[in-house]
Order: sequence, then C-alpha cells, then structure tokens
Amino acid sequence: MGDAGVFNHKHIIALRDLSADDIRLLLTTAENLKEINSRDIKKVPTLRGKTIINLFYEASTRTRTSFEIAAKRLSADTVNISPSTSSSTKGETLSDTALNLLAMKPDIIVMRHNVSGAHYFLAKRLSCSIINAGDGAHEHPSQGLLDMLTMKERFGRLDGLKVAIVGDITHSRVARSNIQGLTKMGSQIFVAGPPTMMPPGVERLGNVTVCNDMREAVDGADVVMMLRIQLERQGKTLLPTMKEYSRYYGLNRETLKLARPDAMVMHPGPINRGVELSSEVADCDQSHILNQVENGVAVRMAMLYHVCGGGAVEAG
Amino acid sequence: MGEAGTVILDGMGVRRSLTRIAHEILERNKGVEKVVLVGIRTGGVHLAHEIALRLEEIEGGTVPVGAVDITMYRDDIKGHSPHHPVGKTDIPFSLEGKRVVLVDDVLFTGRTIRAAMDALMDHGRPSCIQLGVLIDRGHRELPIRADFVGRNVPTSLKESVVVTFDADNKPIDVLLEKEER
Amino acid sequence: MNLLITGGRVIDPSQGLDGIVDLLIVDGKVSALGEGLTAPAGSRVIDAQGLIVTPGLIDMHVHLRDPGLEYKEDIISGTRAAAAGGFTSLCCMPNTKPVIDNKTVASYVVNKARAAGFANVFPAGSITQGSKGESLSEMGELKEAGCVAVTDDGRPVVSGELMRRALEYARGMGLVVISHAEDPSLAADGVMNDGYVATELGLKGIPWVAEDSATARDVYLSELTGSALHVAHVSTKGSVRIIRNAKARGVRVTCETAPHYFILTDEAVRGYNTNAKMNPPLRSEEDRQAIRQGLADGTIDAIATDHAPHHKDEKDLEFNLAMNGILGLESSLPLSLRLVADGVLTLPELVEKMSCAPARILGLSRGSLEPGSVADITVIDPELEWTMEAEKLASKSKNSPFIGWELKGKAAYTILAGKIVTARG
Repeated sequence: MGDAGVFNHKHIIALRDLSADDIRLLLTTAENLKEINSRDIKKVPTLRGKTIINLFYEASTRTRTSFEIAAKRLSADTVNISPSTSSSTKGETLSDTALNLLAMKPDIIVMRHNVSGAHYFLAKRLSCSIINAGDGAHEHPSQGLLDMLTMKERFGRLDGLKVAIVGDITHSRVARSNIQGLTKMGSQIFVAGPPTMMPPGVERLGNVTVCNDMREAVDGADVVMMLRIQLERQGKTLLPTMKEYSRYYGLNRETLKLARPDAMVMHPGPINRGVELSSEVADCDQSHILNQVENGVAVRMAMLYHVCGGGAVEAG
Repeated sequence: MGEAGTVILDGMGVRRSLTRIAHEILERNKGVEKVVLVGIRTGGVHLAHEIALRLEEIEGGTVPVGAVDITMYRDDIKGHSPHHPVGKTDIPFSLEGKRVVLVDDVLFTGRTIRAAMDALMDHGRPSCIQLGVLIDRGHRELPIRADFVGRNVPTSLKESVVVTFDADNKPIDVLLEKEER
Repeated sequence: MNLLITGGRVIDPSQGLDGIVDLLIVDGKVSALGEGLTAPAGSRVIDAQGLIVTPGLIDMHVHLRDPGLEYKEDIISGTRAAAAGGFTSLCCMPNTKPVIDNKTVASYVVNKARAAGFANVFPAGSITQGSKGESLSEMGELKEAGCVAVTDDGRPVVSGELMRRALEYARGMGLVVISHAEDPSLAADGVMNDGYVATELGLKGIPWVAEDSATARDVYLSELTGSALHVAHVSTKGSVRIIRNAKARGVRVTCETAPHYFILTDEAVRGYNTNAKMNPPLRSEEDRQAIRQGLADGTIDAIATDHAPHHKDEKDLEFNLAMNGILGLESSLPLSLRLVADGVLTLPELVEKMSCAPARILGLSRGSLEPGSVADITVIDPELEWTMEAEKLASKSKNSPFIGWELKGKAAYTILAGKIVTARG
C-alpha cells in the first residue's frame, strides 16, 4: 500500500503507469469535488495563478471543453491552442512548439495528439506536468477515469464488475485506458468486435476475454460500453458497410436484454445513432451517456489538482 | 506523532467544555433560530455534532450540521509537494441569512479558519460567522480569534495538540505532544 | 612498410586455420604465416598475444548516405566508423541522392572511398532506375564502375515480373541481387512489429507475413531463374525457414541478418524509443531465437549491420514520424561476439559470417589470409570491456539503441592492405 492520499506522478499519460491506489485516489478526489459543480459559485481558488495550456492537435470539443471547465473551476488560467491556430501546419515540430509554449511558463500542458506516445516524448523534454487528453490509439486516461467513476457511482464498486467493450478495439484509446484501469480495480472485461478490429494479444492487456460474438460479451454484463466507429480511421478494409456493422456489432434492445437487468450502457461519444447504438437504447434509462459527461469535469479537476502537487519525476 | 503525549484535557473536561460552548452559543445568538453549525474536516465535524446534540437537548428542535473540507482553499499548494487528500464538503442546507458557527478542534495559526471562511462564502452569504474551538493554542499568523473557546493552552511551536476520538467519533481527550523533528 | 603480427590466435576459416601463429605482411600482402617468423629489417611488429587475428571484417549492408545525404553520414565518416568497428570492407547501399543507378555515381563513391583510405567500399547499384521499381538499371555499366551487387534496398521491388527479369539480367552480368523482402501492402503504414507490444503502445504493427511472403516470392524467383539471390536483413522465423528449405533444394540463395535482430526484440520499443525503430522492425522473442538458430545451423550466411545513420532531427520525433534505421558499424563486433559467448557460434564460424561469407557472396577477393592475399586484417581484443558513448562514435549520427551499453570485445587494429588504419588508443 502506498501512502494513501499522496499522488507521486508528475504526469498522467496512461492508466498503465498508475497503480490501483493512484486510481482510487483520483476517483475519490473526483467524487469529493463533484459538490463544487452543483454550487452557485462553481469555483475554488486551488490553482490560482497556475497556467494550463490545452494543446489539441486533434479537434475535440468535448474533451477540450471539459478540461477547460475543470481548470477554470480550480481558478487556473487556461490557454487553448488547436491545430488550426497553431503553427503545426507550418511544419513546426512538436518539440519546437513545446519549447515555445514553455516560454509561457505553463504548469500543466493538457495535450491531445494523433501519434501514440507523443506525450512521453514531450514529458522527456519539458519541465511542466503533462496530461494526456488522448494519444493516437494508445490511451485516453481521463475518459477511462470518468467511465470508472460513472460505473463506481452506479454500482458502488468496480471490483467484480463484468464490463463488455464492443467495437474497434485496435484503434481505441478509450478501450485501452478502460482495460488498463478496470483490470487494476478488479473488474472483468469482455471485448467483442470484428476480428479486423481486434489487436493481437489484447487478452494480455489485462483481465480481458475476447468474444467472437457480441452476444457472448454482453451476456450477464453489468456495463456495456460501445465504442465509436470512425469511418475516417477504419477505412474500407476493416468493414464492408455500416449497415452490416450495426447489424452484428451494434447494440439494440434485443441484445441489451442479454445483459443484467440493471446493466448500464456507456459510450464515449459522440454517438453514431443507428450504428453503435440504436436510438431507443441511446435514450433509454439504462444509458449513462450524460452522466459520463458530467463526471468528466470532476475527474479532470482531480487530475489537474493531483499533478500540480505531484512528487517525484517519473520515467516515461 | 509517536508516543502518547501529556493529557491536557480529559474526557470529562472535554464534555464540560463542549457543554459550556453550547450555552455560550445560545446566549450569544439568543436561542438556536437561524443557527447552523459547520465543522471543519475532520475533527471539527465530530465536535460540531457534539455541540448540536447539546443545543438540541437544551433548546429542543434540530440544529443543522454541515461539514467543510478546506483542502481546495489551502494557501500552501505548490508544485512538487505531496498533496493533501480531498475530503468532501457537505453543507446540505442554505447558508443564506444564517448565523453560522464554524467549529474546529484546535485553533493555531488561523490559516485553516481563513480557508474555511472563504469556502463558506462560496456557498452563500450568511448573516454572520462565529468561531468555536475546543482548544486555542495561540501562535496566530492571521487576525483571527475564536468566539467560543473550550480551553486556552499555551504551547511552544515544537509541540502539537491532538484531540483524540473513538470509533464512534466521540471525543476522548486532548493530548500535548512533542513534535518529532 | 612491412608488418609482423606475432603471437596472435589467427582464425582464417578460408584455409581452415585456427592457431597461434605469426603473420608477416610485405608490400600490403600476406607474405607468410607460421611460427617464429622474423621480420625483415625496418618492419613494424605488433604483439598480438591474447588477441585474435582474422581476415578483415566485411559489412555487406551499409548506408553511407553519400552523395546527397551527407548531413547524416558521408563516405569519410562512414568508412572511419567502419575502421573503428574493425571492418576493412563494406558494401554500401544505393539509396543515396541521386541513387547509385549509373556509373557516374558509382565511380564517385568508389573514388572518394579510395582517396579517403579508411576502408574498401564496394557499392551496390540499384536494381531499377532511381529505385523506382519501373525499369532496370544499367547493371553492366554499374559492374564496370565497381558495383558488386544490385538492390533497391530500402524499398522492395513490388512487381514480381520486374524482380524476375532483374534476377535473370543480373545473372548475365555476374551480379548477385539483394532483396529487400517486404510486401508493402501488408506492411502498410505500420511502424513496429505487429504483436502484443504494438497493441499495448497503440502503434500500428507490421506483421511477419509482410517479410515472409516477399522472401518466399524472391526465393521462388531465384529457383525459377537459377540466379543468385541474397536476402537482406532477415528478421523472422518464417524467412529463416523458407531460406533453409530453399537451400536444401539447392536454390542459389544466401542471406544475412543484423545484430539487432539477434540481440533485441520489440520490447525495446517500449517508451516509444525511436532508436528501436527500423525496417524490418525488431520482432518477437520467438523470431529472435529462430534467427540465432538460423545462424547456428548455417541457414544465415552472413552478419551485416544495415548501418543506417540518421540525423538527430529525424529521430528526435514522435515515434510515428521518426525515420527507420540504426547505426551498426561500431557496435556489430562486440554484439556479434555475444553469439560466441552464448554458444550459438564458434569463433571461426563468427569470422566466417563476418568476413569470408560476405566476400564469397559479393565475389570480393577478400576474406582470406592465404599468402598472396591483400592484407586486410582485423586484430580483435576479445576481452576488452568498454561502454558505447555517443560522443566517441566516428559516425556523424548517433542513432543507436546500444548507446550506454557495456560491451565486450573491440578491434585493436584494423589493417587495410598492410596499413594500420586504426589502432587502440
């Protein structure tokens, strides 16, 4: 057991790098901070005077806004830099961009990047904390944490939960972060999707069972997490048509009946209605898609708070 | 903190002090109407509940008790220092126009009280805030004083004052310990 | 100047020699081998007691980057790195700017290397003009200008028909065709080996079949045409098996591997280490073991390095954007000596793979210490322990995953035509 309440990471790049205690601490902090978001004055002075740069190489209104609100509720100053306004189009390297940003003396850089591992690259070169808001097909730790927080609130525990993750596992950083985090917290994960979207050795990522048929994964599940299909990523070689995908790997009422009666449906958003989820499932009581958004701010506040007081510098 | 220190207030003494504080609160506020108690996590919350019980015994009715966690209002958050775990602030009632008695176990530099007052202000605008503490050990660093004090204890900066609680969060006694360096 | 090397363990597989003998060099040629030789007056004497004396090592797969990419390496820095690593000869790849696809560029390389005098450079010319995979290069003229092989290394010859004709045509010119065996449609835009580590790191994988299927195609084309094929940088279990079977059938196929394929696996990529990024990529432990087995049973003829210098700016990048390739010349000998320590190869077998075999495959009059041979000699201190440091590399580039490694064994003297090029300091 580590020293409860001490978070010894300067960066949060991957849930793979965190211990169960670290994750527990982040989730507890997030739960305790949720109160702030329901007040009239939704702000605490904790990170007053801190500068946080949101550096987004990929468009993501949802995640960027959530990080920005989280930073503002902690009284930090935020600067948003996104590809269209950055100099990356002029061919500036990530390393040079980062060094330029460093001149602004940020305390934290929250980055989304399309290349897996770009955050480790940055962490080796910069003195500030780095938080990963999604890197390539690697990890998306804030999404993983907020998914876990939503599940924990619903079931009061993560230990022993049966979680089905369905869709394109190969290209999903959400799947990887959930698999890494949930495994550490004692959940069982069942993944399903077309074999063209199932990466080699996925069962070694954690407590993962690969199911050939989506129904096997959903059978008896406490949580059914549907991943977003991104046409621009999957291209034409992995799937024949969206119609066929939704027929075999989309969640509809019939398939959902196989899960536990109190099962919750999750989706990292934005949803392709009629593809991953039928509309009636997306809008049903079991759907927790909006809760996920709400918990996102609390989880990101917890991440910002803990890296600001992080201890020893960790290896990449 | 190490080995047990010297008992400076025993169980009976603690209970008497809390009872006296309850009476003083009633006297000052002319009853319990509009009075709410907010304890500072964690010791202050336990003591606030004790005081509320006494107020209710004497006056009848119920006195609302809330809890405030001051972690997010601390003035010593710096990069690269171990962080304090965040507790939950739980004030399930409006502070608007209320007479708030802030309760803590030990009053020392006053920085915790400053943080707690900032936190309260973010929850609403009380008509007044009063401060009740079991022990005032001196060494103030801010212009803050308590309205209700269980006992004044002169201490050196090398000592620490600890209020102990049992498993039911009832106060046991107060110890004076030599700080280990 | 004449040179006498006394008391060393002379290992020359070309004449089945392994013993403590003296070696006399007169006028740049091996003059005599034997016990108790006396040097003519004025000879320099090297006391080689405790050292190993071998035919000069030959690296048959080097990127010298000259002409056109001299910011990475040039013929002078590259051949100095070769000498420092114990190599007296190397075969340089044609993917320069411009490509070595005509006699002018080939002559430039040969002449510049000769003038520098640190190592013999035998260029490989390109199979196709501009290595574009469209039409054949002028192989006859390339050979006349000094090329000893043809290859489009760095990129595969995608068209099977064109590869067939290249093999046929090269046979007529007496050139061996070196295959960069890769099916680019299977490698797609992968950046490391396809497998668990890629899954964990979220990087796109290159499956082994991208190499195996191309190796199989080229081996069958060699069988069809009866032409000599050399498969470069073999990295997979399947390629080893395909080549082993082909050799058993009598196909004229040879192959090489590089030290990183028998030392490292894809685990080295963890941390997104761009100095563990190369093509073919570092493979699984199973593949690494198969490479060692292929070396032990003779399926793999030669150890080359695929020395691929890159500027810091091309490696100091996000993993996906970094260029493929690592340095090899200055780390190959100690890394290859580990095969001897591990019992995979005997010392004479190692010398065979690092000198005799490359000479034979490329048709070089090197790789032997028989009297009358050119006195290209490597004197190895097998016990010297040293740490590889970036600042001490002769190469212009520093992209090696072995920097900081504790290594054992180093060239004590590298002798080129009787002249000492490098001596231990």
